[in-house]
This record gives sequence, structure tokens and C-alpha cells, in this order.
Amino acid sequence: MASDATHAAMSLHDHLPLLQVVVPMLAAPVCGIIGSRRLSWPLAFAASLTASIISVFLLLDTLDGSIISYHIGGWAPPLGIEYRIDAANAFVLFLVSIISSVVLLYARTYVGEVISASKHVLFYACYLLCLSGLLGVAATGDAFNTFVFLEISSLSTYVLIALGAERDKRALTSAFDYLVMGTIGATFFVIGIGFLYMATGTLNMVDISERIADMPDNRTVRAAFAFIVVGMGLKVAIYPLHLWLPGAYTHAPSVVTAFLAATSTKVAVYVLLRFMFSVFQPGFVFETYTLEFIILPFAILAMFAASIVAAFQTNLKRLLAYSSIAQIGYMLLGISMISKTGLTATVIHLFNHGITKGTLFMAVGAYVLQTGNSFFDRLEGLGKSMPWTSAAFVVGGLSLIGVPGTAGFISKWVLVQAALEKGWWVVALLIVASSLLAVIYVWKAVEVLYMRELPEGSTHVEAPLSLLVPMWMLAIASIYFGIDTSLTLSAAQTAAENLFLGL
Amino acid sequence: MMMPDQFPPAFVFFVGAIALLLAPQGHARSALTLIIPIIAASILWNMEPGIYDRVEFLGITLELTRVDKLSTVFGLIFCLAAFLGNLFAWHVKDTIQQVAALLYAGSAIGAVFAGDLVTLFIYWEGTAIASVFLIWARRTEGAYHTGLRYLIIQIGSGVILLAGIVLLYRETGSLAFEKMTLGTLATWLIFLAFGIKCAFPLLHNWLQDSYPAATVTGTVILSAFTTKLAVYALARGFPGTELLIYIGAVMTVFPVFFAEIENDLRRVLAYSLNNQLGFMVVGVGIGTEMSLNGTASHAFAHILYKALLFMSVGAVLFRTGTSKASELGGLYRTMPLTTVFCLVGAASISAFPLFSGFVTKSLVLDATAENHYLIVWFMLVFASAGVLSHSGIKIPFFTFFAHDSGKRPKEAPTHMLLAMGATAFLCIFIGVFPEPLYSILPYDVEYHPYTTSHVVGQLQLLLFALLAFCFLMRTGIHPPEIRAINLDSDWIYRRLLPSWISAISVAINAIWSKNLGFWTRKVDALIVRLHKSHGPEGRIAQVWPTGSMVLWIAVLLGATLLVNFV
Repeated sequence: MASDATHAAMSLHDHLPLLQVVVPMLAAPVCGIIGSRRLSWPLAFAASLTASIISVFLLLDTLDGSIISYHIGGWAPPLGIEYRIDAANAFVLFLVSIISSVVLLYARTYVGEVISASKHVLFYACYLLCLSGLLGVAATGDAFNTFVFLEISSLSTYVLIALGAERDKRALTSAFDYLVMGTIGATFFVIGIGFLYMATGTLNMVDISERIADMPDNRTVRAAFAFIVVGMGLKVAIYPLHLWLPGAYTHAPSVVTAFLAATSTKVAVYVLLRFMFSVFQPGFVFETYTLEFIILPFAILAMFAASIVAAFQTNLKRLLAYSSIAQIGYMLLGISMISKTGLTATVIHLFNHGITKGTLFMAVGAYVLQTGNSFFDRLEGLGKSMPWTSAAFVVGGLSLIGVPGTAGFISKWVLVQAALEKGWWVVALLIVASSLLAVIYVWKAVEVLYMRELPEGSTHVEAPLSLLVPMWMLAIASIYFGIDTSLTLSAAQTAAENLFLGL
Repeated sequence: MMMPDQFPPAFVFFVGAIALLLAPQGHARSALTLIIPIIAASILWNMEPGIYDRVEFLGITLELTRVDKLSTVFGLIFCLAAFLGNLFAWHVKDTIQQVAALLYAGSAIGAVFAGDLVTLFIYWEGTAIASVFLIWARRTEGAYHTGLRYLIIQIGSGVILLAGIVLLYRETGSLAFEKMTLGTLATWLIFLAFGIKCAFPLLHNWLQDSYPAATVTGTVILSAFTTKLAVYALARGFPGTELLIYIGAVMTVFPVFFAEIENDLRRVLAYSLNNQLGFMVVGVGIGTEMSLNGTASHAFAHILYKALLFMSVGAVLFRTGTSKASELGGLYRTMPLTTVFCLVGAASISAFPLFSGFVTKSLVLDATAENHYLIVWFMLVFASAGVLSHSGIKIPFFTFFAHDSGKRPKEAPTHMLLAMGATAFLCIFIGVFPEPLYSILPYDVEYHPYTTSHVVGQLQLLLFALLAFCFLMRTGIHPPEIRAINLDSDWIYRRLLPSWISAISVAINAIWSKNLGFWTRKVDALIVRLHKSHGPEGRIAQVWPTGSMVLWIAVLLGATLLVNFV
């Protein structure tokens, strides 16, 4: 594409991969420089919406399995930085930018209520930076560039989480914890890339992949793999490395939680996929071993331990945070199967869980806004006084369980299929059994919302329409994608095929 | 995603349920609940046999609408039951109940027209979830727990069904919902799932537990769908399975004893529902064209008269607030119409000639005799006498006659009378003119219920039982415990068997509660242990210091490196 057109005039369409990342990235400093509280939201929303539209184009271009290679500044890889879009990352870009736009719709009222006026500009600037970081991580085909964007998104995430301190001081310690942990993770990741550079002398992913193909016994390459998996595993919140997540999700402002829960761990899972299947090859014996002996057991452990913890929680937001850790277990389980169906399950769950958790955290945000916090004793009987929010919560909850007719069912169905295909009967049973744990913790919340009486003198009213509309957009999406799977399933299948071929 | 080439009748109910939410509360809404079944019935009446609405879903082709005579007859009676039930519930202003009733009926109809097992499973669970709200709608603590138990069992049936479907798919690669043969684990699981919903003996407790716990109108609706859907599923999936004959025969007999000693009239009806299902299951088990016709027609007639009985007891409950036999009596003075309708229902369920039960039950009985299942035939005849005793006489007698309770409730409201009247009319109409019903049955079978031997045989049975009842009335008037003046003179099961049964049940109960206690303690201990480790204060859920997180990273990196280098 781009290489043929270097001399011809390039249309705007050819620049989409770059614009995808650059638009929000430029909007961030503009937002800060203008410094107008009134203008910052429209600017952020316009940038995010543009990114969403671009992501739709990119997804449509890559659904047939083709790969877009964009050379920044016309410098050909491996020297120049390459943006490489295929179905896998186009799908992730689509998820991230769409979620970002919907969350921004939600943010206008929410931020106005929860965050003091002097910090609004800061919030939107950081939000845009975080968005561009996540998009950049997903778009780039350059290993070091991945690290750079990862840091952009992480640093802005720390700030966004810390903004929760206005209501809950614990947000500061959580943000600090995450900062320490995230930095260690990123450091491991960059050490891994350093090793790869040492072994191959290049940073372009395709190039690395070609050069390490015939050196599976190289110890440097193996060490690089271990560092990258553990470093990125921390960002993904693989089970024992999840310790930053509950605090960060619980104490951050709910709008931030909704955005992060739906996008940031998903992008990290994507990076893991990219490195495991495009850069390294599943044909490497050490990779198979890592998946089998490290990722698989911890994935299953996550599915159960985190779900059980969630079932005992008394704070709805924290409950959902633990449920996220369990759901990440499903995605990792799909990866560890090293099969096309398994990868399809991972990619589609990444998307479906994104919209589901987005719905749920938005609903929790509405509860927090109306009642002050998200402990169960505050939520009693809110099914009556906040019917629409609660109905959206139930829809999200059903999808989280994986009830047929919701998006969550599709991903679990594919995952069970993948397990059966491998002949892993026990694993298939474990998937179903852990879904029962999801029934327990979702039911706990539903019981509090619907079966308990409203406390005397409660004056809580339904959340404003500006919160309900984006919440329901995602709720309807989680039903829609449970019924019409043509888009999600074909995107996930194409992505899995490409990844499995090692492209 | 899809353009249905035949609008599925089930969707009429789902669209209707949404429209209902938008309609203003009041008569308009109640009217809507009546129009929806009519539209659905007219659609399915005009459907040509065939398979429609193929939908691609995850690489599986779902057949949403498979029309043949078996599904049509069940679809029609479900629409009819939904109409009558909703008419009976005209006064209900509870959105949850109205919506749940529509979704429930829609799911049941959808399941009947399901051409493949996945569609069946989806609607199967749909009936479970929608129906539980009819129980919860009573909004009492007891109803909540009953509903939860009911839901667990119903969902459990669905999960077993799904497991069976998945296994079957692995074995045969086909998802078609066709005749199956018991043998593999897959078919046994599916059979078990059907059996739970059909309330097979020992799997039946959910029925007596939940139906009497629902709202006045909810019970009427509940009684029509779930179990008959299971009968349909058996008739579709396992016709001619000999095991079913014996299961069905046991089903007809054993509830008789329980129904006799039960005081709550709605619970008596729940037991007799079980007994009636037995006749249908026997019909499926024999599997000849005549017996399957018997099953379908008996299901049709049964839904009507059972609904009628639940309606009349419901109307009494609605007016007096109780459905306990010992607290009722003498209501015929002020509720004459309800009394008459109840008697029609009682005559139908007892299979009096000229009432609907007669023309349908004899199909099953004759099929049994024709295929030389002598013992089964005797069991069915015995059960028929039992039906007369507990449903045909006990229900109307203790409610409307017997000793005067002193209660003088008003006659049932007009819409209830209308619903009961329409149902009663249908019961008599089918009994007098069975041909229209026979003509929509799955198979063309020449059958004449009104032969001398049928009529005389049945009348002998019934009149003798009535005679015994009258005799007891004359001689045994004095004993104050009214329930002792009970119809069938057969002391063997009145006196001897109950005492045996109670002795056995005490023993079983003791063992069961020991067993249950053991497991409850185990589970409690497990939960306590889990709470200790995973609860908010537990090790695993604690907020960990940053240092320990770093330790974990080191551990994991070490492990990964180890795996990589070995």
C-alpha cells in the first residue's frame, strides 16, 4: 500500500493508521494549552469521535485478512517506524476508540459532578493522552514504539486514578501502588525488548520475527521472552500479578474505571498476543512450555480464586474489579490453548468483556454519584428508585455470567468449543463451573438491588439521562453482539487466523 | 441478521410483552394480553407444515420454526391457555406478572416449534426464567424461597439438557430435534432433563412445592405450560420408549395417595396434575399412532380442565383468602356459578362421558389394552378411580358443599366467570363433539369414544365410586373430621397404604435429612474456609503491600525463566 504510493500523492485514507493515533495525541496538548474548561470536553469528544470513525474504516479495510503497513515519514522499515494494522489490532483499535467515545459522553456530567472544576482540563488532557497511548500500543509494529506508547498511557492512567482522591483518599495509595508496579512491569518489558535488540539488531516486529525464527535455542531470546511475558503480564493482571488492579479500579473515579476496565487490560492482552504469536512463534518449544506450565494454571487459578473473592465482596465496585481478574483468566486460557479457536475466543472475549464491563462500571458510577459510594448497604432497594440504571446493570450482569442472548455467552461458547476441540474436557467443565461463581456474585448484587427494601427516608432518584444514554448504548451493544455475531465473530476469526499464521 | 420467512408465533408474545410495557396500565393493557394469543394462534393456524426461519448462529443452523401436526396442536392449546389464563387475570395490575406470563407462554410456544436442540434449549431456559416471576410476584418471604428452589431445579434441567446436547453433537454431529433412542450418555441426559420438567416420580417435588405458592392467577398459567412442554418434548424425542410406560404408570398411581391426605386444595390439584401427566407419558411410551394421539389430545383437554379447576379454586382463594379444605365449605350458596364451573372441571378430569376427559383418556387406555400392557392398564384404571376421588369429588365437595364454613364470599368477578365459563364450555364441547379435536391430532386415526363398552365401562367405574361416596355420606355423617368421609370405599389404600407410606416416608426422611445435614455441614465448613481465605479480610483479598507484589513478580519471572531454560 504505502510503499507503492510513496511517490504518488497519498490520499487521506492512506494516512488513517497514523491519524488514528495522532489526532487524540495532538488534541491533548491543545486541550491543555487552551486551558478552557468549557472547550475541553467538546475537543476531547471530537478527537475521540474522529478516532472512532477512523477505526471503523481501518476495521473494514482489514476484515478480509489484508494487512496495512504504514511507514511514518516515508521511512521504510526496519529503519523507520512502521504502523502495521491487521484484523487483530484493528479490532482492538475499534474497541478502544468506541468505548472512549461512549465513556466521554458519560464523562461530561460525571466529571462535572465528581471532579473539582479546576481539574477538568487536566482530566481531559490526561484522558486523551491515555487514549492515544492505548491506540498507539495497538497500532504500532515497532517493539520499542510499543514501550513508548505504553508509558504514555500508563503515566496518564496514574494521574487519572489519582483524581479519585477528591472523594476517596485511598485513590492516592492505589495510584502510587500501580505506579510502582506498572513501572516495574514496563521495565521488564523494555529489558525484554533490549534482549531482543541484542540478539537481532532490530526493533521492527516483523524483522525481529524473521531473524529469531532460526535461533530458538538462543538464551538471550529465551530470556527476552520471559521478561516480556512477565512484564506485560503485570499490565494484563495475570493472576498473581493482579494486586494493583482491585485498588486502582475501586478508588479511581468510576468514569475512569469504566474506561480502563474496558480498554487498558485488553490492549495489554493484545500486546501479549502480538508478541507470543507474531514476534515469537508458538512453534518455539519454550513458548509452548511457558503457556502450558505458567499461563494455563494461573489462568484457571484466576477464574476461580478471583471469582470466589468477588463473591465475598461487600463493595460492588471492588466485586467487579475482582471479576475482571477472573475474566482475564478466560482470555489467557484461550491463548494457552495455542489453537485457532482458542485465539478466536480470546479476541472475541476481549471485545465482549470490554463492552460488558463498560456497562457495569457505568451503572456503578451512577450509583456512586447518587448514593455516595458503592457498598452494598447503600445500594439496597435501588432497583426501585433507579430502575433504568439497575436494568442496565442486570443486562451487563447477565452478559458477565454468559447467559445465551448476551455477548458474554458468545465468548464462553467459543472458549468451550476450543477446549473441547483440544479434548480438554476438564477445562471445559471448569469454564462452566466458574461461570456458576459469576452467577453467585452477580446474583448477590441483584439481590441487594431488587430484593431488599429501600431504607426509610431514602431520597435517591434515577441518574440523569446523560449517564443513562451511554450506559444503555453499551448495554444494548452487549445484547446486540450476543445475537448478531457477524461482525465480532468474523473479526475475531480473521484476527486469530492472521495471528496463528504468525503474521 | 435474519428475515424470517415465517414470523415465529413465539415472537408475537415477545413483541407483545414489549408493547405491553408501553401501553398504559389498566384495561388497555389487559386487553392487549388477550389480543396477543389470538394473533399468535391465527398465525400458527395458517402455517403450512415445513421448516422456516433458518438462522445461522455460530456456525450452527438454528431452525426457529418447524411446523408439523404435533407441534401445531401443542402450539394451539398453549395459545388458548394463554388467552384463558390472561382473561382470568384481567384484574391483575402487576406489570411483572403480565410480562412474565407473556414471555412464559411465548417461550413455551417457541420451544414447541423448535426444530433443533439448541433452539429448544434456549426456550427451555426461557420458560424457567419467565415462570419464576409468577411465583415471586406473590412477594412473600416463603414465595421467594420457593421460587428460588423452583428456579434452581428448572435451570438445572436446562443445564443437563445442554450437557446432553453438547455430547450428542460430539457423537452424531447433528443438532436436529428428532426421535432419539436411549442408550448413550447424551440421550440419557436429555431424557433426564425432560423428565425433571415432566415431574417424573422422585423428580416431581418441585411441582407440588411451587405451583401452590404462586399467585392466584399465576398458578393457572403455570399449570398449563412447563409440564406439557416436557410431554411434547418426550413425544417428539422419545416416542415408543418402553421405559416411559412404566414411569407413566407409576406417575398415575403414586400421587393419588398424596392427594388424598393433602389439605391445601391447590396442592391436591398439583398432585392430580402429576397423575394426569402419567397418562400422557404412558401414551408416549407406547408410541403407536393411536397412543400418541391420545397423549396430544389428553394434553389438550387436560390443560383446559386443569386450568378450570385451578381457576375455580383460585377464585375461591381470591374471595376468601384460603384454599385449605378444612377452612372451606358451603360456598355454593354465594358462589353458584363458580360451583357449576368447578363441577364441570371435576367431571372432565374424572372422565365422565360427555366431558372432555372421557374422549381423550380412553384413547390412552385403549392403546394400552391393545398393546397388551395388562398391569399398566389396571394401574391406569385404578388411577382413574383415584382421580375421581381426589379431584372429581374432593375438590368441589370440600370447597362448595360439605360442612358449612360460615363463609359467605361474593361470587367471583365477572372476568373470572367469563374465563371459567369459556373453559367449561370448551370442556363440554370437546366431550360432546370430539371430532374437531381429533381432526387436528398428529395422526389420522379412526376412533369412536362413544361405544357401548366405553360408556358402560366408564360409567360403572364412576357410578360405583359415586355410590360409595353417597353411602358414606349417609352412614358416616357423624364423624367430625370431614375428610374421613372420603369417596372411594377402598380401605386398602385409604387406611393400610397410607400408614405404610408414612412409615416408609419417615424412614426415608430420616436418612435423607441425615444425609442432607452431613452435606450441609460440609458445604458450610467449606464456605467458612473460603471466606477465611477469600473473604474481604482474607489473605487473598487483602490489600497487599507493594513489596509483596514485587516479590510475586520475581517469583513469576523466576518460574518463567526456569521453564524457558529447562
